[in-house]
Amino acid sequence: MNLNFSFFTHDVIANFIFKGLLFSIQLSLVAMTGGALLGTLLALLRLSSKRWLSIPAKLYVNTLRSIPLVMVILWFYLLIPMLIKRSIGAELSAFITFTIFEAAYYSEIMRAGILSVAPGQVNAGYALGLTYWQCMKYVVLPQAIRNMLPVFATQTIILFQDTSLVYAIGAYDLLKGFEIAGKNYNRPVETYLIAALVYFIICFFFSSLAKSLQKKIQIIR
Amino acid sequence: MIEIKNVSKWYGDFQVLNDCTSSINKGEVVVVCGPSGSGKSTLIKTVNALETIQKGEIIVNGTSLTDPATNLSKLRSTVGMVFQNFELFPHLNVTENLILAQMKVLNRTQNEALSRGLKMLERVGLKDHKNKFPGQLSGGQQQRVAIARALSMDPIIMLFDEPTSALDPEMVGEVLDVIVKLAKEGMTMMCVTHEMGFAKNVSHRVIFMDEGKIVEDTKTDEFFGDLGARTPRAKDFLSKIIRH
Repeated sequence: MNLNFSFFTHDVIANFIFKGLLFSIQLSLVAMTGGALLGTLLALLRLSSKRWLSIPAKLYVNTLRSIPLVMVILWFYLLIPMLIKRSIGAELSAFITFTIFEAAYYSEIMRAGILSVAPGQVNAGYALGLTYWQCMKYVVLPQAIRNMLPVFATQTIILFQDTSLVYAIGAYDLLKGFEIAGKNYNRPVETYLIAALVYFIICFFFSSLAKSLQKKIQIIR
Repeated sequence: MIEIKNVSKWYGDFQVLNDCTSSINKGEVVVVCGPSGSGKSTLIKTVNALETIQKGEIIVNGTSLTDPATNLSKLRSTVGMVFQNFELFPHLNVTENLILAQMKVLNRTQNEALSRGLKMLERVGLKDHKNKFPGQLSGGQQQRVAIARALSMDPIIMLFDEPTSALDPEMVGEVLDVIVKLAKEGMTMMCVTHEMGFAKNVSHRVIFMDEGKIVEDTKTDEFFGDLGARTPRAKDFLSKIIRH
């Protein structure tokens, strides 16, 4: 084995890697924020006592969780242009697909978080005159989010790693950047090694960030 | 002030409340007692509509709870409630617990809410703990904060659902002291409790429940005074409690 990393210069990063890194991070942030918001709404719908609210939400979540992400990415990319008669591009397609897909997972995490809040808390909120939404906003969700933060962080790390699946529709993400650089310099083994290291560093950094946040907002019991 | 008329409630086939009728007047202190599973906690929770009823009617300060047009949140803000497990919001500190509903429900400014909240906190003797989190307080202290939180809303009546049942014995006193003081100041209250000493000394009336029914609704001195005039179920209950 003869590894040579000398080709990996500032130019390589600027020309090939940075663009991909930016897209992967953007995609992760958009899917995390959008997915978490949509997921929270889905979780609330699913926990509703009204069946016409809970059943569609359940259907949505279970369907998306039963389909591989790559397939959702592909389908969306191929089907939407057929429906709206124009292409929306790989990047936008990825943003939308990841958001609706991750929402299904975040909703289950959120649902567990909400269920972890003692039911008496809701009664206490109601008894003080808070409405359902005020109760959710000020009493239940703040506690649910604290309880579910570790799982939320794990899911977000998986999400970041999964952004590499956009290779299926040819979007330019972090892994793609390394792949092209590797091909250009004929150093595929080295570039993939560096790619792994970069993924590791980003995930490790995020995980530490989540841990320190967790400590900061922990509920004193 | 509160009228409970022929109230019945079922969980599936199981009837938890069976044709309960009573009323509570302004300034009255009413204790609800009875064996566990007799429906007393359910009854008190129907008074601020935390539990729905299937039959009958409850009127609080002239407003019917069963009327679909009634704004339940608004009505609940006038009825203070204290729970067995305190139910302070653990992610908020004592002050934040005190001002949240005042600001969000009564639309008080932060300053108004603070001054009202801290005044109530002083009343329960915990002003020094205003920056602590519920998890840093003892059970008795948490329950006193919960009482202060309910009082901050300036309720017209206070409901207590076994306020001392989850407490260590040595903390029961400090919480009861606060409730007794409130009662002496003329607060209207309905209190589910097993503290017969409290019932005897403070309440005006005792409601005794068994199997979802109001078996007795009697003046306190009568309830404890003449055991011979009690229903067999109440006599049995009292003899068991008073013996210890």
